[in-house]
Amino acid sequence: MTTNTPVVKLRGITKSFGGRKANDDIWLDIYRGEILALLGENGSGKTTLMNILTGLYYPDSGTIYLNGEETVIRSPKDALDRGIGMIHQHFKLVDVFSAAENIVLGNEGKLDMEKAKSDIREICKKYGFAVDLDQKVYDMSVSQKQTVEILKVLYRGADILILDEPTAVLTPQETDRLFMILRSMRDAGKAIVIITHKMNEVEELSDRVAILRHGQFVGDMLTKDTNAQEMASLLIGRPVELNIERPDPVDPQPRLEVKDLTVTSEDGVLKLDHVSFTAYSGEILGIAGISNSGQKELLEAIAGLQPVDAGTITYLAPDGTNDELIGKDPFDIAKMGITLSFVPEDRLGMGLVANMDLSDNMMLRSYRKGRTAFLNKKDPRRLAENVVSDLSVDTPGITVPVRTLSGGNIQKVLVGREIAAAPTVLLTAYAVRGLDINSSYTIYDLINRQKRNGVAVIYVGEDLDVLLELSDRILVLCGGKVSGIIEGRNAQKRDVGLMMTKLGGGISDAT
Amino acid sequence: MFDLVSFIPRAVMQGVPLLYGCVGEIYTEKSGNLNLGIPGIMYVGAIGGVTGAFLYEEHAAEMNGLLAVLIPLLSCILASLLMGLIYCFLTVTLRANQNVTGLALTTFGVGVGNFFGGSLVKLSNSDVPSIALSTTSKFFKTSLPFADKFGAIGKVFLSYGFLVYLSLAIAFFSAWLLKKTRVGLHLRSVGENPATADAVGINVIKYKYIATCAGSVIAGLGGLYYIMDYANGVWSNNGFGDRGWLAIALVIFTVWNPASAVPASLLFGGLYILNLFLPTGAHMAVKELYKMIPYVVTLAVLVIVSMKKKRENDPPASLGQSYFREDR
Repeated sequence: MTTNTPVVKLRGITKSFGGRKANDDIWLDIYRGEILALLGENGSGKTTLMNILTGLYYPDSGTIYLNGEETVIRSPKDALDRGIGMIHQHFKLVDVFSAAENIVLGNEGKLDMEKAKSDIREICKKYGFAVDLDQKVYDMSVSQKQTVEILKVLYRGADILILDEPTAVLTPQETDRLFMILRSMRDAGKAIVIITHKMNEVEELSDRVAILRHGQFVGDMLTKDTNAQEMASLLIGRPVELNIERPDPVDPQPRLEVKDLTVTSEDGVLKLDHVSFTAYSGEILGIAGISNSGQKELLEAIAGLQPVDAGTITYLAPDGTNDELIGKDPFDIAKMGITLSFVPEDRLGMGLVANMDLSDNMMLRSYRKGRTAFLNKKDPRRLAENVVSDLSVDTPGITVPVRTLSGGNIQKVLVGREIAAAPTVLLTAYAVRGLDINSSYTIYDLINRQKRNGVAVIYVGEDLDVLLELSDRILVLCGGKVSGIIEGRNAQKRDVGLMMTKLGGGISDAT
Repeated sequence: MFDLVSFIPRAVMQGVPLLYGCVGEIYTEKSGNLNLGIPGIMYVGAIGGVTGAFLYEEHAAEMNGLLAVLIPLLSCILASLLMGLIYCFLTVTLRANQNVTGLALTTFGVGVGNFFGGSLVKLSNSDVPSIALSTTSKFFKTSLPFADKFGAIGKVFLSYGFLVYLSLAIAFFSAWLLKKTRVGLHLRSVGENPATADAVGINVIKYKYIATCAGSVIAGLGGLYYIMDYANGVWSNNGFGDRGWLAIALVIFTVWNPASAVPASLLFGGLYILNLFLPTGAHMAVKELYKMIPYVVTLAVLVIVSMKKKRENDPPASLGQSYFREDR
């Protein structure tokens, strides 16, 4: 497969942002009929490199050769005209347009939707896509949106496809389908680059791996000649252990009892339907489910942020007293030791204030303390300093706005603050979304430390592999209902995946 | 008995400036620019036309009908285009805050209008603080010669000057352009999600400039119509009222659809003058209440539209935000 000449050759690509080199003299070859996995930590310059190739950024120096010819790519349109298409991590789709309208967007000439649609159907047939071309994007699931994105670049005639973390938001089944499509495109002679953090996907899908570290090219190799351990060591720059710890729970006690919790959203959609479970101290309860199956509502209901239609949430304090949480405000609930470290898609939406500095963000938890009208700024400052040093947050200081930190570091600040409140129940949602391997493992470690301290942890995650490795028990949500609660230690990924899409997984009769 | 035959033409004449302003603002907003400068732009468009007409009436010995229309028309277009360019330069190129820029432009436009208006009044040595351009107005008001022959139907449908029909043509053309053509699709995508548009090679800056400037010109024509046709060529400072603001409210009322702007602006035009059609002897207070109707309806419409949650009825998603490619 590697006997052919590269379709893209990047030579000495360098790009700086304000003095920091995001790409430093990078050499990379991309071949036709091959799937290349581009690996690297957050901030290692993968996305920057691909943005240069697709014309969003212009390199400070270096040359791009397309089919052996030196090429200057000035704009995304330039790239598309030369057959380079990118599927971004955050989809670039117009929500109120239909699939077909999004796909033809940017083309020239007279607008003939009927002809365009038949052309698109042709492409769908060729690679095995299933898509309703008249469906509006806002009605689509994440995986459908991704399909539209891929169709968009194929329709424009791209034969070099770049996918930025394409599986981050897909279920295992959707991931399988995507991989099938990518393979059939590879077999049709297209060059495919995927950017990913997930080692198992690299091993399963790619033919070749290229690794970047701190903006520099570390090396590339055939996937079959390497393994996850070696790749991880290369991309972090030192040997790493890739196993997530799972200590056995010590003396688990019921801490939180949820019974028949039912929640309807503002626009009348049933979000949670008679959800019941018990969370134990010293245990990690993983929550799996397709995005938007009620995870957010569940956590928010426990934290007192979400009005509840019916059901009870009982907090069994370590001293033996019981409290009903429904009807209490978030402040009271937080005072009882239940903290919510909620990381919605927009990490800075609910957890931290982007424009405030680290110590002021710490104060968001403590500003009500003290007897005078003045704020106590000393304690938050000390806390911020502790969090920075304990969790090795990479920041120029505690007085910079959190928005300037990278995703992983923002996450550490948030989790650090929540843990500092010494909770008895810790709710985390998508704690490692978008974080690289190194930061992710730091966060897993932090969560495990809390578990050892006897905290009941509820961990909502999207990476099933991690959920299966980290959780003691896994609760699977499917359309707002509990599809099942299974032991984490002997759970099978396939079963969980099925339970996510079908109540009870279709294995036993759903009750 | 309510006199529909004389009411409808009055409503139409009230509605046309609103229609121009509304369609102009729809173009602007579809490109993601919230232009609150529309009242000022309409005012400047009006004074631009008035200045052109004034100079022509002063200097021409014999008035030529075609020139008497073309000169004010072109000077109006030029003046409102200039306002559109100022807005674009500030908000698109320099990425200034759109609300502040728009409001400043309205204040500025009214100032410019009053300055030139006042100067022209001085130049014309008139006794009253207004300029009457009745000759030019006559050309603007020229309607189809056979309109009178059709009785009521002629009066309701055919009795207007060309700017009325032009406004309808622009509105329906715009609806077609936005919905059915590639230019429309691209423009909508720029207002919804400029990053997406940029990524597929649409020149966001160009679309924003052209749509906003075209919108300004269309809105400016509304000002020209008001003076030359509705007000019979009489300019007096601050005579334009709050029509510009009503036009902006109409944009929401019509959920960004230029075709629905036609009945909507007629409705508002009708509501605007309803108080004049009260039976004689009606209490002054009642009259004042009637004058409130357009504003009450606007408020009611805003409430209803925001209660009915449908994504297609939402404003363009990036409305009010400036676009910078390397923004992260």
